[in-house]
Amino acid sequence: MLLFYHFGRYLLFLKKMFSKPETFSIYVSRTFTEMVEIGIRSLPIVAIIALFSGAVSTVQTAYQLVSGLVSKTIIGSIVSDTVILEFAPTITCLVLAGKVGSSIASEIGTMKVSEQIDALEVMGINSAGYLVLPKIIAGVIMVPLLIILAMFLGIYGGMMAGSMAEILPVEQFLEGARSTFKGFNVAFSLIKATTFGFIITSVSSFQGYYTEGGALEVGRSSTNAVVYSAIMILFTDYLIAQILL
Amino acid sequence: MIEVKNINKSFGEKQVLQDISATFLPGKVNVIIGASGSGKSVLMKCMVGLVEPDNGQILYDQQDFLSADYTSKKDIRKQIGMLFQGSALFDSLTAEENVAFPLKMFSNMSKQEQKERVDFCLHRVNLDHAHKLFPSEISGGMKKRVGIARAIALNPKYLFCDEPNSGLDPVTSRVIDNLIEEITDEFNITTIMNSHDMKTLFDIGDHVTFIYKGKLAFEGNIEDFRKDTSEEISEFLSASYFQR
Ligand SMILES: Nc1ncnc2c1ncn2[C@@H]1O[C@H](COP(=O)(O)OP(=O)(O)OP(=O)(O)O)[C@@H](O)[C@H]1O
Ligand SMILES: [Mg+2]
Repeated sequence: MLLFYHFGRYLLFLKKMFSKPETFSIYVSRTFTEMVEIGIRSLPIVAIIALFSGAVSTVQTAYQLVSGLVSKTIIGSIVSDTVILEFAPTITCLVLAGKVGSSIASEIGTMKVSEQIDALEVMGINSAGYLVLPKIIAGVIMVPLLIILAMFLGIYGGMMAGSMAEILPVEQFLEGARSTFKGFNVAFSLIKATTFGFIITSVSSFQGYYTEGGALEVGRSSTNAVVYSAIMILFTDYLIAQILL
Repeated sequence: MIEVKNINKSFGEKQVLQDISATFLPGKVNVIIGASGSGKSVLMKCMVGLVEPDNGQILYDQQDFLSADYTSKKDIRKQIGMLFQGSALFDSLTAEENVAFPLKMFSNMSKQEQKERVDFCLHRVNLDHAHKLFPSEISGGMKKRVGIARAIALNPKYLFCDEPNSGLDPVTSRVIDNLIEEITDEFNITTIMNSHDMKTLFDIGDHVTFIYKGKLAFEGNIEDFRKDTSEEISEFLSASYFQR
């Protein structure tokens, strides 16, 4: 029952956010700030995760395919497909849930407990819209861009690991990758990325916005933001796969 | 003039405000006084629209704030400045950016006009050297002064102060009190402030609203309040004299 209560509150929160927006120009500049915060500042961590998850999957796929009966190019296909379909969007977003989600929840939570949100409301500003909408727009735009980067770097990481460990040469890896490449997979993955970008920013903002109390509760909201975003990401990951595949 | 009529507010089972009706005089310092937990902050939050009362009316110059539509509400809100108990300055903005914030959001001033207004407001609260400092870099008393500067930036008709001198030393408290009194007179603002400090009340108060356990126990001028012999008021007064 509690689950429905919180989910209902979350939906009402989204409704509050989209109602009665402030001046357009203010949103634009706030959105750019958030795009830098959410997108640019996450580049290093996204790059590291992508490179290593690609590299690991090449090594482990090779290990599992010890039989000499199949062509080694298959490693290129498997690695690039899993990177595009799952590793790039899902693993990256799980990590982003930790990095971006906790910072959003603690930022908004601190503003809540120190009455800064009340100060916005008294001025007649729709605080949810002013604070949260730019973050969500930035998340929905930047997360897919980060995921595209993660796809390239993931495949690159896998390819390099293959050639450095002498599992298979670059040409064979690429041949395999090309042979099973489907544009649909990329589109599917970007749909996931957009959804996850929305989930991370909105769930974390929601957790922050309803913080009551003090510093301790801000920490708790920030933890909850990460946990609930991660759960929702995995759940929707499964749901989208069921619907679209 | 602000009038509240028959305000009730409960949180769950707990009734915090019971049938409060009061009037706040224009151009004066109106002090809401009462013990901790008596419901002062909740009443003030009802008046500025941060908390929705269960029923009753809040009239700003005869216009009911609670039943007003979105645009009228917004118009009333533009006439309200508020100083929060913890100052509530925006952490990510410097002192001058905090004061400029309402100007940026709601006025059509040019950059230059905004800057002049910010300088004027900060100068008015005697803060000429903190423009570029962040809230984390200034003292509690300075934060309150930046809070006042931000609250008066848009030339409000009403100034709400939630315990403006809580957490300040006695000297700084008097400074803030006097500042509020001067600003009220100078700009002809209707000031409503929460306090449990008798010294504040007798120093700068013009009109008193005394809340006792969520009910209105006294309303009127300071002299009558001082002379009142009812049990609640005597208890409160003697306790605060004892304290000093
Ligand atoms: N959001 C809320 N949810 C539940 N109870 C609340 C809420 N806000 C206030 N209360 C309760 O209402 C009562 C009055 O609180 P209020 O903050 O108005 O007191 P106060 O008179 O301002 O006291 P103080 O002088 O300590 O600030 C308290 O018992 C408080 O627990
Ligand atoms: Mg209070």
